[in-house]
Amino acid sequence: MRLASGGEIDRGTPLAFRFDGADLEGYAGDTLASALLANDVQPLARSFKYHRPRGLLAAAHEEPNAVLDLRHGAYHDPNARATLELLAAGMELRSVHARGTAQRDALAFLDRCWRFIPAGFYYKTFMWPGWKWFEPAIRRMAGRGVVDPSYHPRAQPQRYLNADLCVIGAGAAGLAAAQAGLRRGLRVVLVEQRTRCGGTLLWRSARIDGEPAMRWVAAVERELRSGGAEVLLCTTALGLYDHGLLALSERMGDATGGARERVWQLRARQVVLASGAIERPLLFGDNDRPGVMLADSALEYLRRYAVRAGERVVVATGNDSAYAVAEALQAAGARCVLVDARADGALAAAARTQGIEVRANERVACAVGRDRVRAVRLASGATVEADLVAMAGGWTPLIHLYCHARGRPRWDAARGAMLPGDPVHGLAVAGAANGADSLQQALEQGVAAAGGAAGSTPRAEEAAFGWGGEPDIAQAFTTPRVWVDLQHDVTVKDVALAVRENFSAAEHLKRYTTLGMATDQGRTSNVNGLAVLADRTGREISTLGVTTFRPPFVPVGMAALAGADRGELQAPLRRLPAENVHRAEGAALLDYGNLLRPAWYGDRETALARECRAARTEAVVLDASSLGKIEVLGPDAAALLDFVFYTRISTLAPGRLRYGLALAESGGIFDDAVVLCVSPRHFVVSCSSGHVAAMVANLEAWREDRFDLARVFVHDATPQWATLAISGPQARRVISALELGIDLADGAFLHMSARDGVFAGVPARIARVSFTGERGYEVSVPADRCAELWGRAREAGARPLGVEALGVLRVEKGYIFVGQDTDGETMPQDIGMGQARLARQDAFVGDRSLFLPAAARAGRRQLVGVSALGEAPLAVGAHAVVRDGASERSIGFVTSSYFSILLGRPIALALIEDGAARHGETLEFEHLGARSAGRLVPPCLHDPRGERLNA
Amino acid sequence: MQQFPCPFCGPRPEDEFRYAGDAGRPRPGRDASDAEWAAYLYFGRNARGAARELWIHSYGCGRWIELSRDTVSHVVDGAKPMNP
Repeated sequence: MRLASGGEIDRGTPLAFRFDGADLEGYAGDTLASALLANDVQPLARSFKYHRPRGLLAAAHEEPNAVLDLRHGAYHDPNARATLELLAAGMELRSVHARGTAQRDALAFLDRCWRFIPAGFYYKTFMWPGWKWFEPAIRRMAGRGVVDPSYHPRAQPQRYLNADLCVIGAGAAGLAAAQAGLRRGLRVVLVEQRTRCGGTLLWRSARIDGEPAMRWVAAVERELRSGGAEVLLCTTALGLYDHGLLALSERMGDATGGARERVWQLRARQVVLASGAIERPLLFGDNDRPGVMLADSALEYLRRYAVRAGERVVVATGNDSAYAVAEALQAAGARCVLVDARADGALAAAARTQGIEVRANERVACAVGRDRVRAVRLASGATVEADLVAMAGGWTPLIHLYCHARGRPRWDAARGAMLPGDPVHGLAVAGAANGADSLQQALEQGVAAAGGAAGSTPRAEEAAFGWGGEPDIAQAFTTPRVWVDLQHDVTVKDVALAVRENFSAAEHLKRYTTLGMATDQGRTSNVNGLAVLADRTGREISTLGVTTFRPPFVPVGMAALAGADRGELQAPLRRLPAENVHRAEGAALLDYGNLLRPAWYGDRETALARECRAARTEAVVLDASSLGKIEVLGPDAAALLDFVFYTRISTLAPGRLRYGLALAESGGIFDDAVVLCVSPRHFVVSCSSGHVAAMVANLEAWREDRFDLARVFVHDATPQWATLAISGPQARRVISALELGIDLADGAFLHMSARDGVFAGVPARIARVSFTGERGYEVSVPADRCAELWGRAREAGARPLGVEALGVLRVEKGYIFVGQDTDGETMPQDIGMGQARLARQDAFVGDRSLFLPAAARAGRRQLVGVSALGEAPLAVGAHAVVRDGASERSIGFVTSSYFSILLGRPIALALIEDGAARHGETLEFEHLGARSAGRLVPPCLHDPRGERLNA
Repeated sequence: MQQFPCPFCGPRPEDEFRYAGDAGRPRPGRDASDAEWAAYLYFGRNARGAARELWIHSYGCGRWIELSRDTVSHVVDGAKPMNP
C-alpha cells in the first residue's frame, strides 16, 4: 500500500501502465517492482520448475522472481528485471513463464507432482528412448520470457573510459573512497547501480558528522561531480577482467528512444569494490510464498518508494539489523511482530516501547497461505496472522568482482559470510563487502582503500547492525519443502538428495541441483545451500569451498554487448575501387572472404559458359585489384624474400616475374605469389587476394626477427593500385588499344616480365602473367583510374570475366588456389614443385620440415586432376573411398570442381594419397551417401605445354 | 583483456598483439636433428608462472616485443623491443 507522503517518487507525475491486462498506476521514480507492490499485485511470477506463485523477495539485482515481459512502444524486453527497470507511462507488462498469467497458471498443477520431480529427475527419467523426445515439451514448460524474433533492438555503441580509480558502489564506503581518491588528485569513476547515490543510507537512518547521512551523501556527490569525477548511476559492474578492465552495463531508461542498455569498457589502475552486502533469506517451510520478503528490501520499498509491503508484519530475525525494519514499518502504520531466535534483550525492550510485539527464543516454522501469505506458524506451535514476512537471516557480502579477479574468499564463521581472503593486486574491498561491522568502519575502510588519510574519515552514528552469524537452519528440516534457491526451485530436500547420491562437493551439488545456476547466480541462496550441505555431511562450511563466480554479475543483453558491431560494422566488407562500374555492367557481387567481387555478369544461367568461351577465343577483362601489391625495398630485400619464399627470388633479373611459393615453418604451403623484380633493391609481391594481410605480417615478422631493420622495408601498396587482368587470344590487341607506350612485341616483352608504361597520363605497370593459360596481361594503375581503364578495355573488345568463370579456367589449367586446393599439410612436392627443396642449401622458412620423415613418407596426399565419369561435376569435399580389408576408408578428397565448357565434361582437382603415381586409376567418390566415379589425370587438362600463352 | 606496455606505442590492449612464441628460442639450422626441429616447431615451454614471451604488435607499430609476463597472475613486469 502506498503511503500518503514520503519516498523518492514524484507524486505529481502519475504513470499509467498495464500488468497482465490490468490498468494500474505508479509514479515517476518507481521501479516496475515498487509500482506493482504499491498496487498490491501478488503473485507476479511463477517459479521455474514447479510453477509456484511468487512475489517480490527483494528490491534490487538480487530479486529472483520478478522477471517480466516488458513492451514500451517499439521496445521489447522479454526478461525485464522489475526491480531495476524504471517505470514509464504506457508500459505493457506481462508475467512470463506461466501458461496464462502469474495469477492463473494452467501449469500450477505441477506443484502437486513435486514428489515425483526432485532434483536430478531429468537424468533418471528421460533417458529412454532419448532426451530429444522430451526436450521440446520441457523447454516449453521451463525457461522465462520469449524473444520476439521480429524485434531488433537499436544499437547503442559501447563506450570506453580510462580512470586512475574506479569505485564500485556509491554507498558509504564507496563515497568515502571516491572522495578520498578525488582529493588525492586521481581521475575517479564511481559506479552505482541504483538511481541515486547513498547505498543503504537511502533507506537506513544514520547520521554522519552530526547531520542526517543523506546530507553527507549529497555533499560528497556534489564534490565528486564538480571535481571532475565521473558518477555513473543506474550502472552495474558486470565483470572485472585482467589488468583492471571493467565491463559496465548502464541502464538508460527510454531517454534514447530505443536502446536502453549500454556497455562500457573501463580500464582502471585501481579498483575499490564497495558493493555492500545483501540480506540472506531464512530457511522455513514454504518460505517462497508471495509476501515473504527480505527485511532490508521491505525497508527499501518503504523509505524509497513509500510502499508499505504489508499491514500485519512478522519480522523474523536472528540479528540486530531487523529491529530498525520493524520499527520503521510500525511507525508507518503496520502492526509488527518481531520473532527473534535469540534471547530477550535491550533491543527487544526498546522495540516493545513502540508497540511492537517481540517473541524471543522463537522461530518461524512455516508460512501459511497459497497465493500469498496469510499467517506464519511458529516453532512453538503458535500461529500469527501476517500478510508480510520480513526475514533477516544475516548478510551476504557481494564479492563477485573480487572472485572475477581470482580472489579466493574465506568463510568467516563469526559473521556467517564469505569474505575476501588474500588481497588481489589492484583491487581493494571496502565496507560491508569486506565485512565492516559498522557504518564507521565502512567509512574508514573506504578512505583507506583509496589511499586517503585516516584522520579525514567522517564520524558516523547508526541504528544497531548485526551480521547474524552462520545460517540458522533450525527449521530447515521441520516441514517438507523449504526453499533454498527460489529462482531455480531448489529446496532443502533437493540438497539432501544430492548428498545421499554422493554429490556432496559444493561444485557437484551446484550441478546436480542447479542451485545457484540461475541468472541471479545464487545471490540469496549459495550460503544457505552451503549451510544445509555442511549439516547433511557433518562438515564445517569453511571446508566446503565456494563455487566460482563468473561474469556477468547481472544478465546483459546481447544487443548491448554487440553495440554498434553489427552487419558491416562487425565485419567490414572491402570493396573494389570500380564497384560501381561492375554494377553498371550487371555484375552479381558476392562476398569472397570479406571482399565484394563480381562473381559473374548478366544472366546467371548462361554467364559461366559465355565468359569461359570468351576467355578461350577472344579477350576478357577481370578486376584483379585485390591481388597483393606488397613492396619490399632496400639492400636486403632480395635476402628477405629468399628467406620467406621457398622459390628463390634473388636470382630474378630486373623486369622479370617469378611464380613462387611461401611456406610455413611446418613446411606446409602458406601462400603462392608472383614476385616482380623492379630493381635489385625493389621487389613487388603479388599474392592471393585473401592472403595479403597475412603475407605482410609474415614478411614483417621475419624482417624483424632476422634482418637489419634499416636495410629492408615492407610496404603494402595493395589499396593504392587497381589491377585489371586482360587475357585471351585477342589480349594483345586490347592492350595495344590502351596506348600504354610500351613495345608489345613478344620478342621485346616476354611472358613473365613487366614494363612501366603510362595510361592516360598516369603511371601504369604492365605485367605479362596469366591466370587462365591464355596470353595474359595485368595492367595496374592508380586506384582512382580503374573505372577509366575498365571502360577503355571494354571499348577495345574485352568481355567482362567474373570470379566464378575464372575458377573453371584455372581448374582446366590445374592452377591451384592455396587454402582451397591445399591444406596445412600440403608441401611443395605434393603439388609437383619439389625441385627447390633439393636445389636450395640456404635457409628459408620451412626448410628443415621438408626433410622430416613425414615429408618423405608414402601415402602423402598429392594434387591430381579428376575427370568425372558422370554427367555432373563431383561435389567439392567428396571423398575418394577404397576398400581396406572389411571396411572402406578415404584416401583423399575433391578440392575444386566445375563443368568445363572447353572440354565438354566435368573436371576437378583433388588431394589423393600418392595421387601423382595413380594417374589413370578410376576411383569411387562419395558425398553425403551418393557415389560417382572419376578417373585420376594430371592436374593440367588444357594445353599442358603452355603454347597458348603466346598464341 | 590484458594491457601490454608496447615500448613504442605505450599501453595497448591485448587484442592489438599477436603471440609469437617463447622468447630466447633460436631457430635451429638445417643441420638440426629431426627431434630438435620438431621441438622447435611444436614444443613450446608453456611455462606456468614467470615467462618471457614474444608478441608482435600487429595492429599497432608492427614491432616484435619481448614481454616478461606471469602466465598465472597475468602480471606484466617488463617489455622491450626484440630487435632494438
